[in-house]
Amino acid sequence: MANLRAIRKRIGSVKSTQQITRAMKMVSAAKLRRAQDAITAARPYARKMREVVGAVAGRAGADAHPLLAAREPRKLALLLVTSDRGLCGSFNSGLTRAAYRYIQDHRDRYEEIALFVVGRKGRDFFRRREIPIRKEYIGVLGAVSRHHAETIGNDLVEGFLAEEFDEVRIVFNEFRSAISQTTRFEKLFPVELESAAGASDVDYLYEPGRKEILASLLPKYVETQVFRVLLESVAGEHGARMTAMDSATNNSVEMIARLTLQMNRARQASITTELTEIVSGAEALKG
Amino acid sequence: MASTIRLELVTPERLLLSEEVDEVILPGYEGEFGVLPEHTQYLAILNIGVLRYRKGSETRRIALGGGYAEVTPERVVVMADTAERAEEIDVERARRARERAEAALKELSLDDETYAKAYAALQRAMVRMAAGE
Repeated sequence: MANLRAIRKRIGSVKSTQQITRAMKMVSAAKLRRAQDAITAARPYARKMREVVGAVAGRAGADAHPLLAAREPRKLALLLVTSDRGLCGSFNSGLTRAAYRYIQDHRDRYEEIALFVVGRKGRDFFRRREIPIRKEYIGVLGAVSRHHAETIGNDLVEGFLAEEFDEVRIVFNEFRSAISQTTRFEKLFPVELESAAGASDVDYLYEPGRKEILASLLPKYVETQVFRVLLESVAGEHGARMTAMDSATNNSVEMIARLTLQMNRARQASITTELTEIVSGAEALKG
Repeated sequence: MASTIRLELVTPERLLLSEEVDEVILPGYEGEFGVLPEHTQYLAILNIGVLRYRKGSETRRIALGGGYAEVTPERVVVMADTAERAEEIDVERARRARERAEAALKELSLDDETYAKAYAALQRAMVRMAAGE
């Protein structure tokens, strides 16, 4: 019976797909572990940097450094961090959709929204929708280094200082755990000024001076935050892929069970038919 | 009054140290400075240099590749670009790095863009050697 053969073939193909998803799951699990270590190790520095910058900037005031200048936000730069590869569930789709919605919702608020995209997936999404992308960074996610963060950070800082945009926001997937990432919007700069009274009332003594420290600290701060965001995203991506591949593997197990049942039924049916034919043939001869 | 001070050392890649210590000596922008408990609030740029900290009678050294230090009466937070414990330093490798940097510097003139980079590499190598020995 042709049907039987078709089912057998189908089972074979599901099995080989299962092998692939299982292997991908294992690879992602290994990569996730490394990415997770990297992000947990990078967070303390990023957090501390944010604290210090907030405290110093709060005391120095908005006119102490160009990166603190809160201009009227007419033009926005949005840095979207997606992944280069797919097969990671809703990791990219959820994120790009959120970014897309954000852009639609804020169209009227800003004169212009400049889009900076990390990762092939995000780029393809906005290309399909014919939304112009100011700059794209492809292939940095395989091995995230501080050098990449510096490049991206510099592009953003330069644009901001040249007043090409007045505000920079990042949208990315934050790594929560292996099975959960959340879409986050964060404002990169102008830096939020923490009220000096909030922390402690005593100002620091500065070496060499407050201005010099800010000038050296702020670009570093931007780089650090971008670096952290990239690491968050990479860890999230591996987590999402691991989960997606795990459920794909489970689904294929289920599918194979169902197909096997179907195959056995078909086989049984064909045996029954054959038997009936033989019996009725014999009966006919007797008569 | 606290008799010890908390030393935290973070780099972009990792949290290297979080310990109660008695004294910290840092390579500040304008020269080395020491920090004892109850130090005043202080924020400094750090040069490439050696951080030393004392716990009881034991002193340990860490090679820093520049960074920042935030000092409050209770703690010292060092945000370093790079940091290596003296025990982890491969002196032989540092020596080779120094030789490479020296060779590179001979080729370059002062106005070259990479001069500063090569010079920083030389400094880092020398600091690592100093800390490691």
